[in-house]
Amino acid sequence: MWPWGDGGVVWGDRWWSKLAIDDWLNPGGLRVQGNGDGHERAPGMGRRRFLQTSVGTLGLAPLMAAGTHPAWTRIPGAPFSNYGQPAASESGVIRWISANADVPGNGVSWTPLQDLVGTLTPAGLHFERHHNGVPRIDPALHTLTLHGRDARATRWTVAKLLRYPLVSRQLFIECGGNSNSGWLQEPPQAAVGWLHGLVSCSEWSGVPLSLLLEEAGVARRSGWLIAEGSDAFGLHMSLPLEKAFDDCFIGLYQNGERLRPENGYPMRLIVPGWEGVLHVKWLTRLEVADVPAMSRNETARYTELLPGGRARQFSFFMEAKSLITRPTLGDALAPGDYVDIAGVAWSGRGRIRRVEVSVDGGGSWQDAELQAPVLPVCFTRFRLPWRWDGRRAVLQSRAIDVTGYVQPGREALLAARGRWGYFHYNAVVSWAVDEDGFIAHVYA
Amino acid sequence: MPALGERLDPEAIALLPQTLFADGRGLPSGRGTVRQGALLYARLCVQCHGPDGRGGSAPELAGGRSPLAGDYPDQNIGNWWPHATTLFDFIRRAMPMFAPGSLSDAECYALTAWLLERNGLWPEDVPLDAAGLGAVRMPNRDGFDSQWPDRGPPHP
Repeated sequence: MWPWGDGGVVWGDRWWSKLAIDDWLNPGGLRVQGNGDGHERAPGMGRRRFLQTSVGTLGLAPLMAAGTHPAWTRIPGAPFSNYGQPAASESGVIRWISANADVPGNGVSWTPLQDLVGTLTPAGLHFERHHNGVPRIDPALHTLTLHGRDARATRWTVAKLLRYPLVSRQLFIECGGNSNSGWLQEPPQAAVGWLHGLVSCSEWSGVPLSLLLEEAGVARRSGWLIAEGSDAFGLHMSLPLEKAFDDCFIGLYQNGERLRPENGYPMRLIVPGWEGVLHVKWLTRLEVADVPAMSRNETARYTELLPGGRARQFSFFMEAKSLITRPTLGDALAPGDYVDIAGVAWSGRGRIRRVEVSVDGGGSWQDAELQAPVLPVCFTRFRLPWRWDGRRAVLQSRAIDVTGYVQPGREALLAARGRWGYFHYNAVVSWAVDEDGFIAHVYA
Repeated sequence: MPALGERLDPEAIALLPQTLFADGRGLPSGRGTVRQGALLYARLCVQCHGPDGRGGSAPELAGGRSPLAGDYPDQNIGNWWPHATTLFDFIRRAMPMFAPGSLSDAECYALTAWLLERNGLWPEDVPLDAAGLGAVRMPNRDGFDSQWPDRGPPHP
């Protein structure tokens, strides 16, 4: 219990009860019960409830001399924690889940891009795409086997892989299906992360795949490598052996700690710059072959139907893209407001060279400032200071990458790709500010 | 560099899962009939994929024949999938989603036979086996253009 008397404390011009302070500091519904810090309470006594209490019941309490120090400076703070959690008042910063009601493990959860800054995504907010749930893998029993054409069949335990020299790279991963609501005829109304948040960026660390291929005696760089996961979907994908030798690695760590279960624990394939589904999670088998497997997820899915009826297959690269992450839908501006237009850009082909921002729906463009360092195949943060004059505005960003490729406008993308491409949607995204300062997602 | 992997002996290699390829390599022995497949579908699949494979909470498998070049293309098995072997492989590894890996090879052949029959790609009275499945030519087999080897960013 808190070590002060029943009288509570004074902060500002108000007397605060002990119970109310306790509640303010530790909103009830969010705490982990029984973690040893000695504070147990009924759930649901959160901040909102406290505010009601403070103007109601507490208004009758004796008013004491006005103080100047906040309540939390008058009491000892919370004790240490074995694994830190976000502040309770940040509980609204979450992944939004869209899953199949008949198969709860089949769906996605979206990174809340609108709530994040910088270039690294916290592991617990990294987007998820699972086809049949997150397997609960015993790392002592999990192995990685490499076999097939030219290979001397070789198997590694997790413990053995952890002993190899590790590489670390800050890399984005984007689902091939990210932003696919952009194909809809009318723009869906949601904050940026709930439409485009199947992309995240982490520092991944692991064993270069080239080391394992060489250890197994694989010398030829032509052909394919089929990667298979140890989940209830048995997801398997083919990638060119050339890419495997070039820069792929077996990801074991994310942002310095071992992978989270939903990000592939104990190991996943990292395929820098290529579509997310190739970064096979819960990786357990690699087979060298002369041809791709033609698995379901590289034929019936993750391929793009074009106008005319033909389809793109093995469209591996995630092309340059950018998003304004603030302001976003849900924000409201006032005339004269200073607004730091900010967002992220990335390209599967290397560095972002430039990001341009328009506040007039593409009529004119200005170079945004890029946050250093600008790393290849990594989130690049951009910003452009702006003052809203109270008139309708349409905010857009477009990325230009190291190849000179310019992120296309939506009309150009639809003209080239039709209405049923579904995957690899990377068109410019537009946000309108109306005369009242409200923000809407628009097609412009 | 370390070389910490364990070399597998022939016995262990023989136990490894083998990838099933589009030319039929890797197909197991066994056979199944269209009628057996219909019964299995009614028991295990219809609740998500809908009557006759017309779709539900899970994708449409058969039925629509609107062309891929049209305004409302049907991306189902008969219209869209390039390889019949993929169907067998996917059923065997992932279906039904509440009990993946629970079907025998014969049951996978039966379900594949029924789905091919519903799409007009397999006769009702002929059991399906490895030789038969490997020989099925899907209507959209040549409808996909590989973007690898890479030729640089597309526009757009």
